[in-house]
Amino acid sequence: MYPAYSVIIFTTASGTGYGLLTVMASFGLATGVPLDPWFGAVGFGLALLLITSGLLTSTAHLGHPERTWRAYSQWRSSWLSREAILATTTYLPLSLTAWGWIVEGSLSGAYGLFAFILIVFSVLTVHSTGMIYATLRTVHAWHNRLTVPGYLSFAFLTGSLWFHAIAQMFGYQTPVIALVAVISLFLTFYIKRKYWRIIDTVKGIATPVSATGLKDMGEVRLFDPPTMTESFVQHELGYSIARKHSQKLRRICFFAYFLIPLILTGLTSNEPPWIAITGTLLAAIFVSCGVVIERWLFFAEAKHTAMLYYGAQSA
Amino acid sequence: MTMLPAHTEKKLGLVIDLDTCVGCHACAVSCKEWNAGGHSAPLPDTDPYGENPSGIWFNRVHTFEAGEGTSSRTVHFPRSCLHCDDAACVTVCPTGASYKREDDGIVLVNEDACIGCKLCSWACPYGAREYDDDSGVMKKCTLCVDRIYNENMAEEERIPACVASCPAGARHFGDLGNPDSDVSKLAAERGGYELMPELGYQPVNRYLPPRPEKKDQGQSGLGVSLPRMEGGSQNGDNKFFHWLDRILSR
Repeated sequence: MYPAYSVIIFTTASGTGYGLLTVMASFGLATGVPLDPWFGAVGFGLALLLITSGLLTSTAHLGHPERTWRAYSQWRSSWLSREAILATTTYLPLSLTAWGWIVEGSLSGAYGLFAFILIVFSVLTVHSTGMIYATLRTVHAWHNRLTVPGYLSFAFLTGSLWFHAIAQMFGYQTPVIALVAVISLFLTFYIKRKYWRIIDTVKGIATPVSATGLKDMGEVRLFDPPTMTESFVQHELGYSIARKHSQKLRRICFFAYFLIPLILTGLTSNEPPWIAITGTLLAAIFVSCGVVIERWLFFAEAKHTAMLYYGAQSA
Repeated sequence: MTMLPAHTEKKLGLVIDLDTCVGCHACAVSCKEWNAGGHSAPLPDTDPYGENPSGIWFNRVHTFEAGEGTSSRTVHFPRSCLHCDDAACVTVCPTGASYKREDDGIVLVNEDACIGCKLCSWACPYGAREYDDDSGVMKKCTLCVDRIYNENMAEEERIPACVASCPAGARHFGDLGNPDSDVSKLAAERGGYELMPELGYQPVNRYLPPRPEKKDQGQSGLGVSLPRMEGGSQNGDNKFFHWLDRILSR
């Protein structure tokens, strides 16, 4: 599948934003951190920036961005429509929770309810992003039970590492925040490893034989493609440039979003402020780079059934 | 609305005979010709006369080989939209631009509502949808909706362009929802099948398998061999006699 940059930027940036909102609102509700206005402004501001820039980037790959409003209409059948609605609706509890934290300095009463709704909507938005891919029966690498947990865990991972870095900056770090960051690292590592094992070992059910229906004749292979040059279908659904580097890229991912951030988080959390801030910030940056590579691989490694008509032996 | 109709009155579609298809691409070319001026017009090409031409085609002819050695077959395989009953290209559409008609089951795109997100092309297992970069919308086979109901055309012409142009009579058009229609009977008689039924999209179009290989030649059951050549060398180097041989052989 063609890894459109706009989709990669959108899913990683907005995923980080929603993850950050979830972690922040959770710690705020649990009174795990003081509701310092500047702390809140930086946290909610960063999340707002990431989500908004992600959403705007996602419209960049549309043929008609000016018709985006139409995407709010098909929530009954389309996960993309649901994602659009949830993403937009989340701005409301986001604004109210940020107001409670920054201006009122309180997340009790109604503001507590808003913070809770913010958490629910953030998780649902990322969930619907994952469902867009997980419901595509045409892409075997996505149509499995780990695609949605993958999207959710990466949002949780990036969100909690950025929250940790911001908390360090304001001197509000606690062992619990560091622990949540470490848990998110292990959780994501585990889910993604399992995901890769599934796509490496389980084959798609469609074959060149079922695609053409030429049964009982032996192996079916492409003799002559329809055109000498690449068509839209091959370009969009047959992207395979990164596939041969996938093992190398997976190893880079492992270092970027797991091992290096884990070491940085573990070693620097309790050091003097400037070391801790640098360490946790670096950890967050590494994780974000790792997620971009992971997301790119997510597309580049995915095979589409239409390629069975273009010589692919499996999909 | 991108909810699928619970039931369509008709299931208009194609039956494609892989036994008689000769792979001439006439269906693909006439499809391009008609649709470049039809419902989804235009169908732009990029770099049409250059090194790397590309363009939108709703119908593409692939050629496959199946089997090994003397029992292998070459099968020409036209591929286009199958107008699925469970059309995921419709349900994934966030805007309602993609829809399946309740009266005849044809899957179409409303180009005025399409935002060009391309998700429907990902959801189609058969690669039937093609994106128009110039107008920023998705396009697809319309089953020549602008021919089959066109009262300005002679009645015998009210069939999809690909069916009208097939010189081998390998393409048939009709209502596959009616078991008594010619196409349904043909599909039943010849063992017409769905493509990738295991994915569950319930395509309407049917493909007819190549007939089994004939092991004997006609009723005699005797093998036929080419007449043996006269003895002697055929490799003389006198060009005059080769020329003479060709003239006399006419």
